[in-house]
Amino acid sequence: MTEVGCNRDRHQVLVKLDKVSKRYGAHSVVSDVNLTANSGECLALLGHNGAGKTTLFKLMLGLIRTNGGSVQVAGAEPGGTAFHNIRRTVGFLPESVAFQDTMTGREVLEFYARLKQVPDEECDRLLKRMGLIDAARQRVRTYSKGMRQRLGLAQALLGEPRLLLLDEPTTGLDPELRRHFFDTIDGMCKAGAAIIMSSHALTEIEAHADRYAILAKGRLAALGTLRELKRQAGLPLRIRLTFPNGGAKAAAGALNGPCNLAKVNDKHIHLDCPEADKMSVLRMISGLNDPAQDVEIEPPRLEDLYAHFTGRERLQ
Amino acid sequence: MRTIAIIAAKELRDGVRNRWVAAAILLLAALALAIAFLGSGPVGTINASRLSVTVAGLTTLSVYLVPLIALMLSYDAIIGEIERGTLLLLLAHPVRRWQVLCGKFFGHLAILILAISIGYGLVGLAIWATQSVRPGEALALFNLIGSSVLLGAVFLALGYLLSAVSKERATAAGLAVAVWLVLAVIYDLALLGLIVADDGRVIGETLFSTLLMINPTNAFRVHNLMQFESVSAAAGLIGPDGTANQAMTTTLGILILWLVCAGLAAQGLFRRVDP
Repeated sequence: MTEVGCNRDRHQVLVKLDKVSKRYGAHSVVSDVNLTANSGECLALLGHNGAGKTTLFKLMLGLIRTNGGSVQVAGAEPGGTAFHNIRRTVGFLPESVAFQDTMTGREVLEFYARLKQVPDEECDRLLKRMGLIDAARQRVRTYSKGMRQRLGLAQALLGEPRLLLLDEPTTGLDPELRRHFFDTIDGMCKAGAAIIMSSHALTEIEAHADRYAILAKGRLAALGTLRELKRQAGLPLRIRLTFPNGGAKAAAGALNGPCNLAKVNDKHIHLDCPEADKMSVLRMISGLNDPAQDVEIEPPRLEDLYAHFTGRERLQ
Repeated sequence: MRTIAIIAAKELRDGVRNRWVAAAILLLAALALAIAFLGSGPVGTINASRLSVTVAGLTTLSVYLVPLIALMLSYDAIIGEIERGTLLLLLAHPVRRWQVLCGKFFGHLAILILAISIGYGLVGLAIWATQSVRPGEALALFNLIGSSVLLGAVFLALGYLLSAVSKERATAAGLAVAVWLVLAVIYDLALLGLIVADDGRVIGETLFSTLLMINPTNAFRVHNLMQFESVSAAAGLIGPDGTANQAMTTTLGILILWLVCAGLAAQGLFRRVDP
């Protein structure tokens, strides 16, 4: 793809969910979800098991129909006839991916490549990239969980997709492969692909997604960049002060104004401080009679935001 | 077409890899050879050649075995892939659902064709090597092979139907056994019982033959036993006096109708499946 094409593709809305609802019988799995994903961005779908992530993927792939609202992927309705060819440009990795056990790794990949009309040569390239080239002639039955996951990823990357839907992509990958995986994802984002991935590994996804959609019981509890989510949540900063020679309790008395004292003992103070009061509190701390030896400031992490929006207590 | 061929090739390879093809060929060939060479004692007395008698015997073998093999191949086709999680990934690709179903059908059909034509073909060759075979008899064997494949196709489609309607693999397996028992085993007995109980009051000759012939296994049996006199004689079926050709077209029509209806119903249900 040329540089110009790349730029033109950026920020094009690739996925648009408008008031989408899905019920199974009387049980509502997804209700009233509004969501967009643009080319060149990585959107993280977060939620407990059963929060509706997999259902959203199925809806975006046109494998099931909505009970209300509309889904648009690359300008077409998934499941409609116009969508058929668009599927060639969509990569999908299902949760706990499974393959035909009797086929070898290369055969599996070639099978999906042919369905997508991708030349067979790309299979070897992807097998190499995923470190599976030595196991390519083995039956999938003999593969470990991590190898299956990598084969699944290779399959999802066939044909340089414009849209990647990844359901729990990092399960079963070791740290080295995770890093490699996120490098790949970042590279594809830069090249203009839109990526939607669900994950439970909040700490590792924090650095890689551009926006986060938090689902709770089928509803969209929050959507935005990390900064936006922090502002919406209004969670306090955690400030940790260390007094190796004691005197923490005396200092705590002085700070007990704008802040909430989460933990005080002889040598440590943990404060929860609203974002807006950060500078004034820091000035108070530096003006203490018996100064603290060390100050640690910890902004709310994705885990805290997730807990906040899904209605759980902040992790201590 | 391309997509169907890709899926069919995968199914066929799968059948070869998990020894399905080998098992089916072995089973059919062993039983067919047993019928040909062990079960042909009375040949000399009724002026029927060995191949004719064998075709009659193989017809009965087909009635029981071909539906069973076909159902075992097909009951798992949809629900099995759902439970393993492979259908979700397959349908995310640029394939249409009818293409998936057709691909599986042609793959499984290829397995049946291999098993039936090798299994029965071996018997034909063995008899041809040991005695003289009239052209009409050879034709009967080819006809048997072809109609057995068609009978298998009907039960493949029925298997997909069960597979699409079941929520669990075990349910589909149970339903497959039930369908086999009813259509291949119990149906005739039940019909016989009905006639005895009825004692000719409601069920006339026409209704009886209709009831008999709407069962695909019976249509298949009649199709094969009618085709030439000596076979009809060996099987104890009265020859239809010149109406054989018409009757054979009818029996083929019944099988094709079953195939089309079951196939369309399976596709209709498969369209609503949540992978």
